[in-house]
Amino acid sequence: MKLLAFAEQRDQKIKKSSLETVRAARGLADQLGGECVALVVGSGIEGAAKELGNYGAARVIAVDQPDLARHSNMAFAKVITAIAVAEGAEIVLLAASQMGKDLAPRIAVKLGAGLAADCVSLTAQNGELIATRPVYAGKALVDVTIKTPTKIFTLRPNVFTATMFPGSAVVEKRTLPLEAGDFGAVVKDVKVSSGRPDVTEADIIVSGGRGLKGPENFRLIEELADVLGAAVGASRAVVDAGWRPHDEQVGQTGKTVSPTLYVACGISGAVQHLAGMSSSRYIVAVNKDKDAPIFQLADYGIVGDVLEILPELTGQLKKALGK
Amino acid sequence: MKVAVCVNHVPDTETKIKVGPDALTIDRTGVNFMLSPYDEIAVEEGLRIRDKWKGDVVVLSLGGDSHKETLRKALAMGADRAVLLKDDTVRDSFAVAAALAEELKRLAPDLILFGKQSIDYDDAQVGTLVAEMLGLPSVAVVVKMEIQDGTVTCEREIEGGHEVVETRLPAVFLAQKGLNEPRYPSLKGIMAAKSKPIEEKPAAAAEIRVQTIALRKPPAKNPGRIIGTDKAAVPELIRLLHEEAKII
Repeated sequence: MKLLAFAEQRDQKIKKSSLETVRAARGLADQLGGECVALVVGSGIEGAAKELGNYGAARVIAVDQPDLARHSNMAFAKVITAIAVAEGAEIVLLAASQMGKDLAPRIAVKLGAGLAADCVSLTAQNGELIATRPVYAGKALVDVTIKTPTKIFTLRPNVFTATMFPGSAVVEKRTLPLEAGDFGAVVKDVKVSSGRPDVTEADIIVSGGRGLKGPENFRLIEELADVLGAAVGASRAVVDAGWRPHDEQVGQTGKTVSPTLYVACGISGAVQHLAGMSSSRYIVAVNKDKDAPIFQLADYGIVGDVLEILPELTGQLKKALGK
Repeated sequence: MKVAVCVNHVPDTETKIKVGPDALTIDRTGVNFMLSPYDEIAVEEGLRIRDKWKGDVVVLSLGGDSHKETLRKALAMGADRAVLLKDDTVRDSFAVAAALAEELKRLAPDLILFGKQSIDYDDAQVGTLVAEMLGLPSVAVVVKMEIQDGTVTCEREIEGGHEVVETRLPAVFLAQKGLNEPRYPSLKGIMAAKSKPIEEKPAAAAEIRVQTIALRKPPAKNPGRIIGTDKAAVPELIRLLHEEAKII
């Protein structure tokens, strides 16, 4: 049996969520007695492809050609499908990143495969693969099986761990002729936003809510985030009030996140917000209201004014971390 | 410009999910259903495109009779007509997409809009599945779109930034929060919606590829713990993060 793990690269660097995916594919391959093959698609990516040997890929295929320098979901899906067919892959894994979510449905149609999206666990039981995925923004989980012979899974970033795997892989370069009609929608430009990590990928998130009293006080959130190398998150209330951009919103109509540490500052914890962050490994909450629902989830809660506690925390952390 | 918008009828975001007696679906008792928030943004975008370029907006939904409520809301916002693909069974995303694609093939719109995901199953795949089934380009997680001479330039959200994506029409677009601010239906709109047509027809049959074997609540977290009531608790927090959680 072959497992094909698609590894996403941006600017010739493999994304962490893809290292997690390749490593998870290897774990599964060992369990099922299969072979883990990684696939990288782009232009000038041979160096990046090599790295995947350290995360469990027994072989790495690099489809490396100039017309794939810019992302196109149709062209990439065509290439991934062609490799999956050539390799006879029965299982295809992708990260449930924005790119993975954009590609997996197209590959599923082309391969006649079922797709379980955004999985947080994948286990083999009596020869059957059972995937677990959050639904209703994490208020519930479903266990699913895929009934088609070829199966596709996308894995939620930050849930599977990208531990190094002793080994190395030879990179096999391939090319695939593409025509103008294969491209569909094409990326013309990429605009980078803050330079801070994205909430869906960050190990640590510092998130702010109405308790900050005004947009100007989000400076306190940003300062703490920068000391911790964290992403900045926000509650729906402050996004709707226009204090923060919507791409920072955590919760049911924003991002569902699973960081190692989530620091909720001045967020009372509406049910929609709690759904989006309750799978964080550790939760710190700072809020004035001791009855705020967020404290029911907080591993470490401090009842108090965020405007007073945040500068203190940032200052002491700076010292402790030597920054 | 012929615009089609696909919408879903979902439990409102306040809902505390309870597992139903079949252990496969939720307990619907006392649950309020609504137009899925991202789909509402898609409807709004469809209306704005129609108003600028002329044409009409048809809204589609797949499900039981209750979905008419959501279709009425889209009609009240200003959509011209609605199609309900009737189906009372539980489908996976693939089977939903297959039936929608079948109907969309017949309608042949210039532009198809979805929400970036339906907030019940959070699968985020129906829109892109439909695009692939119809052989159309697609842009997901769209926060900005501009149409000129049959070409659409979009901004779509990715991790840590935006991609500027260009495509020709016809194409499929999946709306993200930030694309627009959906209007509230006016009283006039609500009255007008009552006489707008909802065409009902059986949804095309399709195979289920992903089978749910259990719906369950996530494992309960440890009860919360308050470590202090003022800034004097900060050193203790740092110690716990270092020694117990081993994060810093």
